[in-house]
Amino acid sequence: MSERTHTFEFDWWLLTIVMAICLVGLLEIYSSTHGSALHGMQWKQLTWIGIGFGGMLILSRVDYNAILDQSPLLYLVGLAALLLVLAVGHTRFGARRWIVVGGVVLQVSELAKLIIIIVLARYFSEVRTERLTLADLAKIGLLVGVPAGLILLQPDLGTALVLVPVAIIGAFLAGINWKHAVAVLALGALVAVVGWNGHFLKPYQKQRLATFVHPEESPRGAGYQILQSEIAVGSGGFWGKGFGKGSQNQLGFVPVRYSDFILAALAEEQGFFGVLICMLLYLALLLRLVDNAQKAKDRAGMFLVMGVAAILAFHVVVNAGMVIGYMPVTGIPLPFMSYGGSVTIFGFLALGLVMNVRTKRFVN
Amino acid sequence: MANWIGGDQKIPQGRLILVSYGIVLGIVLLLLGFWKLQIVQSGHYSDLAEKNRVRSIPIIAPRGKILDRNGRVIVDNYPSFSILLLRDDPAQIQKDLPQITAGLNITPEDLRQQLEEAKIEPKFQPIIVKPEATDADLAFVESHRLDLPELELMMVQRRKYPPNDFLAHVIGYVGEVSPQQLDQQSGDRYKPGDIVGKAGLERQYNDTLTGTDGMRRVIVNSVGKPVRTLDDTEPIPGKPIQLTIDYNLQAVAEQELAGKIGAMIALDPRTGEILAMTSQPSFDPNDFAVRIPSKEWRVLNDDPNKPMLDRAIQAQLAPGSVFKILESAAMLESGVPPPDFHVFCPGYAVFYGTVRHDWDPKGHGEVGLHKAIVHSCDVFFYNVGQRLGIDRIAYYATAFGLGKRTGIDLPGEEPGLVPSSEWVERVYHHKWYPGSTISVAIGQGATEVTPIQLLRTVSGIAMGGVFYQPHLLKDFSPVKITRFPLSENTVQQVTDGMYGVVNEGGTGVFAYNILKQAKLQDVEFCGKTGTAQTISSKGLLRLSAAERHHFGYNTWFVGFAPKRNPEIAVAVLVQDTALEAGGAAAPLAARFIKAYYEQKQGRPIQELEAAKSAPKIRAATTQVPKAVPQGQ
Repeated sequence: MSERTHTFEFDWWLLTIVMAICLVGLLEIYSSTHGSALHGMQWKQLTWIGIGFGGMLILSRVDYNAILDQSPLLYLVGLAALLLVLAVGHTRFGARRWIVVGGVVLQVSELAKLIIIIVLARYFSEVRTERLTLADLAKIGLLVGVPAGLILLQPDLGTALVLVPVAIIGAFLAGINWKHAVAVLALGALVAVVGWNGHFLKPYQKQRLATFVHPEESPRGAGYQILQSEIAVGSGGFWGKGFGKGSQNQLGFVPVRYSDFILAALAEEQGFFGVLICMLLYLALLLRLVDNAQKAKDRAGMFLVMGVAAILAFHVVVNAGMVIGYMPVTGIPLPFMSYGGSVTIFGFLALGLVMNVRTKRFVN
Repeated sequence: MANWIGGDQKIPQGRLILVSYGIVLGIVLLLLGFWKLQIVQSGHYSDLAEKNRVRSIPIIAPRGKILDRNGRVIVDNYPSFSILLLRDDPAQIQKDLPQITAGLNITPEDLRQQLEEAKIEPKFQPIIVKPEATDADLAFVESHRLDLPELELMMVQRRKYPPNDFLAHVIGYVGEVSPQQLDQQSGDRYKPGDIVGKAGLERQYNDTLTGTDGMRRVIVNSVGKPVRTLDDTEPIPGKPIQLTIDYNLQAVAEQELAGKIGAMIALDPRTGEILAMTSQPSFDPNDFAVRIPSKEWRVLNDDPNKPMLDRAIQAQLAPGSVFKILESAAMLESGVPPPDFHVFCPGYAVFYGTVRHDWDPKGHGEVGLHKAIVHSCDVFFYNVGQRLGIDRIAYYATAFGLGKRTGIDLPGEEPGLVPSSEWVERVYHHKWYPGSTISVAIGQGATEVTPIQLLRTVSGIAMGGVFYQPHLLKDFSPVKITRFPLSENTVQQVTDGMYGVVNEGGTGVFAYNILKQAKLQDVEFCGKTGTAQTISSKGLLRLSAAERHHFGYNTWFVGFAPKRNPEIAVAVLVQDTALEAGGAAAPLAARFIKAYYEQKQGRPIQELEAAKSAPKIRAATTQVPKAVPQGQ
């Protein structure tokens, strides 16, 4: 296996789609920030893309079997990092999510997402039975629950929930008794109710969840963000107001318009047409991932790819849903489009895993 | 390498296809959501986006200026800032209320009440929380743009009234439209916080003075900061009004009356144009130009000297001996008693078993009409009154304009009262006591007149029975003219008598001296003094000198010049003075007439020149009452 063959075996289609999404993101970041104090942000985002791309190249060349081999160690490192951030982390916006590594502020939970994909891929591939047993489900719950709980303590409800679909999709693919599925869903509902009534959620989290149902009741409060986002999206119409011409976006009515709500900014300026293009790009991305999973050499590879797909799909659905008021504001960015170092690097590293699996598909 | 990587494991292709269906479904659902917002409800959200970014800020139209008869500006405007509270988010306001009230130095109770009152208004209508912002207030609003976005600044035009209470009662003042006014107006003529005339000319001519507010549409960013202006609808300024008031003569009148309690009015008997009009004590309309705190309002209202009362049109008092002019005219017109009627005045007379004193206990000897007017002989007019009878007196008094409003273009004029037998039966349900007629005959009793009434009446008699509606607006039209033609002889005899009061050593001799000093004795100033007790003379004698001060006289002087076809008439009322009319009121009128002629002849007005070098006396000077006779 020559070096050339290895690189040639990259999924160029997947890379093209992701780069197209990144380009749309860069343009919209530019449009959203060029007239404000944040101008020049697109160059920083380009830097993150560059770093992520480099990380992807490196990760794609490390044999994923070797990575899976080290999953217990990775898991412990992940937990340690999450504990560390809770202990000495950097506090921003009332949450302790960041640690500073060499002058760069990193969101540790993004690392946890990557590790969970790897850990669960190994766990699912180890299951030899047709269907997961209750013991398997309990172990999976524990594997996901501990890091999710630590992330929840930061507090970061959104990222904590991001880990869940990896387990759900994995369990579905590994095979699950429908009775168990119902039981797990019921348990999840119970946890949600207890979590709501108990004191596990911070007041702002509760408020966000509550007001997303009735944003009009508090136009300047927590529902303000959702309402302004909806106004931006709705007023965009079919063709949009034009690049750099969205009043909601340009005048700052859209909250964090360059990051979490970048889709609202895009929807306002490029209209439904722009959203359609963007959503088709994400659909292509996700289906391409499924395609890669189908062609994986083994189940472990498939679980890796589908873990990545699960997280990215969750991001897209929750973020786009939030922008149009169907989902609560949980701070989940749109992968490859939203501005953000940690999430962009995570996205590319996850792609690195996918490329890794793909380049190994003919290797035996 | 561990066994989980073995290639023998099957890929669950079917489940992967199910997952991809799920992904397609998810994306389609999201696109449907976008479709709903961007296509189905696009119009609705476009409106919301427009409301978000476009804010309409009213540009307040300046009120019309108020000018004197020569175009001199009396009331002007000046720019100032008001602080608005946007009421889109009541919950947020409740939360920020302590911070707002502390920062702007207003009481939370006042703001809460304002919010309560504004509840019926549409939410996009802001309320004015601070009408006149200080520099500190402006800094507070600017520095809290982010956390208190509900505060907004608005430039407004404020009323600038002249200093020293100049023309205060006539001008009146403006204030925020009251809830009652808002209710009364059909349609949306006024909105809360609008400035309207509340008193005086500001109220009378509010429609003329009020302009139409303009509107500036600006694009604001998410923190409410204007980014750029979309368009302006220019305000239409209110129209100025020009008054009949002469600035200089008004200044003289106010200077004369300063420190006293009373009123002074001057008008042109040929037109009804009022040249000067003042009521003292006064108030500063500038206190009202913004929002008067309830405390200050109470101080003004509770002042026993009633500074808010416009005595020129609202004081209803006994006319005292000025009434003798009306009676003289009534006597000559009716022939009862005949024109050559004479009495002997020993200083008193007895009517219906009661002794009636003359103001001069020495008596006036043989008295005919002319001498009776000149020396204000009470005994003569007791007899005239008795012969005329109350109803004939009432008939002429009413015909001359007493007992009803003059129709001056000011709000709040009082009608006064002319007693008659019909009136007594209607109000007190008993027959008229003939003895009451004797009191009415010298201007005492139930008769009540306002200064403006008395001036119009006397002017009208001097004009031969042509009574003009007094007015303050230069272009006032139509001026109502009431005609009650008097015979040449009546006018001549009455005005000759009044000429004598001033020029023949009558009760108005002080006035003659003042005019003579200014070499103006030829202006033929005619007039009549009047003194009405506010307490019975017996009661007054029982009081100590200090106590008497509280129960002085209401003194009048009503005069005009020249004797035939007068061009200037003046009425002076000095209340609660210890001096009799000839001493208290007549010199004021004379000095005014002097100023009038000085100005007319192009000479400097001495009274104003003197005032320039001496500070204006503001406080009421205490006058020690002398034992003075009453009734002249």
